[in-house]
Amino acid sequence: MAILVIAEHNNARLAPATLNTLAAAAKLGGDLHVLVAGSGCRAVADAAAQASGVAKVLLAEAAGFEHQGAEALGSLVAGIAKDYSHVLAPASVFGKNLLPRVGALLDVQPISDIIAVEAADTFKRPIYAGNAIATVQSKDAIKVITVRATGFDAVAATGGAGVVEALPVVSVDLGGSSFVGAELVKSERPELTAARVIISGGRGMQSGDNFHLLEAIADKLGAAVGASRAAVDAGFVPNDYQVGQTGKIVAPELYIAVGISGAIQHLAGMKDSKVIVAINKDEEAPIFQIADYGLVADLFKVLPELAAELDK
Amino acid sequence: MKILVAVKRVVDYNVKVRVKADNSGVETANVKMAMNPFCEIAVEEAVRLKEAGKAREIIAVSMGPASCAETLRTALALGADRAIHVETDAELQPLAVAKLLRSIAAAEQPGLVILGKQAIDGDNGQVGQMFAALMGWPQGTNAYKLEVGGEELTVIREIDGGLETLRLRLPAVITTDLRLNEPRFASLPNIMKAKKKELAVKKPDELGVDIAPRVATLKVEAPAGRSAGIKVGSVAELVDKLKNEAKVIQ
Ligand SMILES: Cc1cc2nc3c(=O)[nH]c(=O)nc-3n(C[C@H](O)[C@H](O)[C@H](O)COP(=O)(O)OP(=O)(O)OC[C@H]3O[C@@H](n4cnc5c(N)ncnc54)[C@H](O)[C@@H]3O)c2cc1C
Repeated sequence: MAILVIAEHNNARLAPATLNTLAAAAKLGGDLHVLVAGSGCRAVADAAAQASGVAKVLLAEAAGFEHQGAEALGSLVAGIAKDYSHVLAPASVFGKNLLPRVGALLDVQPISDIIAVEAADTFKRPIYAGNAIATVQSKDAIKVITVRATGFDAVAATGGAGVVEALPVVSVDLGGSSFVGAELVKSERPELTAARVIISGGRGMQSGDNFHLLEAIADKLGAAVGASRAAVDAGFVPNDYQVGQTGKIVAPELYIAVGISGAIQHLAGMKDSKVIVAINKDEEAPIFQIADYGLVADLFKVLPELAAELDK
Repeated sequence: MKILVAVKRVVDYNVKVRVKADNSGVETANVKMAMNPFCEIAVEEAVRLKEAGKAREIIAVSMGPASCAETLRTALALGADRAIHVETDAELQPLAVAKLLRSIAAAEQPGLVILGKQAIDGDNGQVGQMFAALMGWPQGTNAYKLEVGGEELTVIREIDGGLETLRLRLPAVITTDLRLNEPRFASLPNIMKAKKKELAVKKPDELGVDIAPRVATLKVEAPAGRSAGIKVGSVAELVDKLKNEAKVIQ
């Protein structure tokens, strides 16, 4: 049987996490189909068809799908899921909003945030903020799964030769939800979940203005800027910057934690980074227990020095 | 309008959990338990809506072993009017929880159901959306701000990339994110008063729900450890290490 991957996109661009989800799907054995549901999103379907391993792209275009509400998409996905052994989506806010809804409609217990595929019905997933890894086996006929992007290397964005098949446009029931607006953070820097280098600030930054010290370094390294919950709660930076158990899960090549103590909930979001640097004035800070390179220092003194050193 | 709030008893967020030696799960014996932090935010939001005159009654629901009654007493002390405990020692997976909530909602007819966006033990993040789907109700997950008025509500959600505003027809389901509010602490007089509030106990089969698990946990292991590296003495040394030892920058 074939496997269905739900594409994450904004009607213009395929989100990179879709390619990681395809990598997980490719380990299951079966033809890979991708569902692109949206409005005016033909270009996304064409891009998905080029992703390595994709056999078919189902394109569901309707005005009612423009904002990809979970109510409308949930019914759409549940309607076509019966032809598939597995339905997967990225474990992003989008995927987590949608797939449980699909699971309930199919009477299936979904599996969230998988980080490894052991067999077509058996997966590994972190629990308790990543302090334990559970191996779980689904007994349901259709497996409904969200995939943690950091667990799987993305498939190539090109080289595939999938065909795009338009699904007959159905009347869309918005299920009592209507979109009012969105306020998206605009940034020239890479997205947190796709960045090769991340520099994050915590409560130790003291203010939002002081984040310019991190931004200056981010720009030299082509890095994304992240934050701890404390920095977000204090209003230093937007919510979307939060790294951790209940924010974004990241695993860049290099993660630099500045003025962050290293609470379990923060570590849960970044401890799979390849190299971790911690800058903290408290040598007892737990972040040093997982850092490859620790610098015990006042961040206000060393961040300008770091910017200067990188210019050398 | 009635508001139904679901609360879960979990290992306290400050506890560093340990995997059991036989790999069957994590150690929960003699470990500090508490209300899931996102559920505290859910209770607080319901109480604020009641204080603002938008709700008439708040019903707190918890599911699990006898000790969940304690979590429900906390919800009552924080301002819930009465509580329902679905008591079972069996494992409850999110689909079963959503079905049990459906049974309760069918009897109670709430106008709004508020839950946490995830429980910090299983980290599944599913119940709210599954329950909404079973009811055919709209959902506002990861709520950052909530306004209830008349037949509908407006919710601002924390999404990847920023914030999104939706208008939902009532009845609806909301799941809370961290910034929705700052939960209050229960005062001593309110803790005393909570002891006298109604707490009904029901069993899953009374509610007509098959709670058999659909997913088997084969084993639970500790994650690959990560050990402390070295301390560097200066920024120059740090940059040198990153360039020449770790080779992560150029
Ligand atoms: C349900 C729940 C979910 C949570 N989810 C998350 C999550 O997803 N992500 C997350 O990050 N947290 C999360 N938390 C919060 C977490 O428990 C911690 O409270 C938070 O991570 C602390 O942030 P911090 O390290 O910035 O602040 P603090 O713990 O206050 O640490 C600040 C650090 O800055 C250092 N410092 C101060 N000034 C300087 C200076 N001048 N120079 C150098 N160092 C300095 C201090 O030594 C200290 O170590 C969650 C908590 C709960 C209850």
